[in-house]
Amino acid sequence: MGAGALFIAVFLACAVEAVEATTIVLAAGTARDWRSATTGLIAALAALAIITAVLGPAVTAIPLQALRLFVGALLLIFGLQWLRKAILRASGHKALHDEQKIYRTQLTLASAEPVHRRAGLVPDAYGFTLAFKGVLLEGLEVVFIALTFGGNAHEVPLAALAAVCAVLVVAVAGLALRAPLARVPENTMKFAVGVMLTSFGTFWGAEGAGARWPGSDAALLVLVPAIALFAIALVGLLRRTPAPAATADPVAEGS
Amino acid sequence: MRQLRAFGLFAYDFVIGDDWRVAVGVAAGLVGTYLLAHDAGVAAWWLVPALLVTLLPVSLWRAVRRH
Repeated sequence: MGAGALFIAVFLACAVEAVEATTIVLAAGTARDWRSATTGLIAALAALAIITAVLGPAVTAIPLQALRLFVGALLLIFGLQWLRKAILRASGHKALHDEQKIYRTQLTLASAEPVHRRAGLVPDAYGFTLAFKGVLLEGLEVVFIALTFGGNAHEVPLAALAAVCAVLVVAVAGLALRAPLARVPENTMKFAVGVMLTSFGTFWGAEGAGARWPGSDAALLVLVPAIALFAIALVGLLRRTPAPAATADPVAEGS
Repeated sequence: MRQLRAFGLFAYDFVIGDDWRVAVGVAAGLVGTYLLAHDAGVAAWWLVPALLVTLLPVSLWRAVRRH
């Protein structure tokens, strides 16, 4: 796999997760307390750094064949989840991911909780917990994607760089705007990430199980567009099926 | 014990997600690929893509029907 494709896949996936985490931190800071939200953000980043430091060497120590089978299976299951939700959203059978709406809901929920202020780094425990949980949960997906892609391609530093770049770009934009990044084409990005995760999961999973792809790595050049076209065709088919008013709770929406 | 259970539920939701049949199908496809490649000694690359074009529409159809 080309270094460029690896970088783009990890960057897109991580940017999507970072946009979601930024919305939660902004809501925690605005509705509750900025110091607590910032402390929660830093604590979650520290926890993610420790998880990466522990899992990173472990992933790279696994023999390549076994790694490809294990990681390929996980990526394929994970990717199909993303793609399934993206197809349902694109065809009108699931509510589109709307950062503004999620932000407003989080603000309302956070504002409704009583405030018990204390001195110190965490004046408001609710704001801290909200930011910490949001960043940790979204960040775990970033760590998972960066480590699996990087480990399989023997390019963990490049995958980590793509993840850090994505998080920095989104964090700087979020801080500059002090508003949810609603203009980011999140639903389209999720669709693209779903296609990439599913394609690479298919390729590595089958290879790890002992299959030999015609054309070796070049098979990915067929696999990625073929899966993208198949997904677009499914969106077209599902659009013909009457969709109920999308009622999914946007806050509970995952990837 | 409660924390262990909560972690298990989180891990399940994180990896398996909304439709466990997809995960089972993927596992079965990879086992089938292994058997075809190692025991039967035939080209096995097509099995996972073939499974994918079956699993995804079925899972989507179930999701649409549930609404």
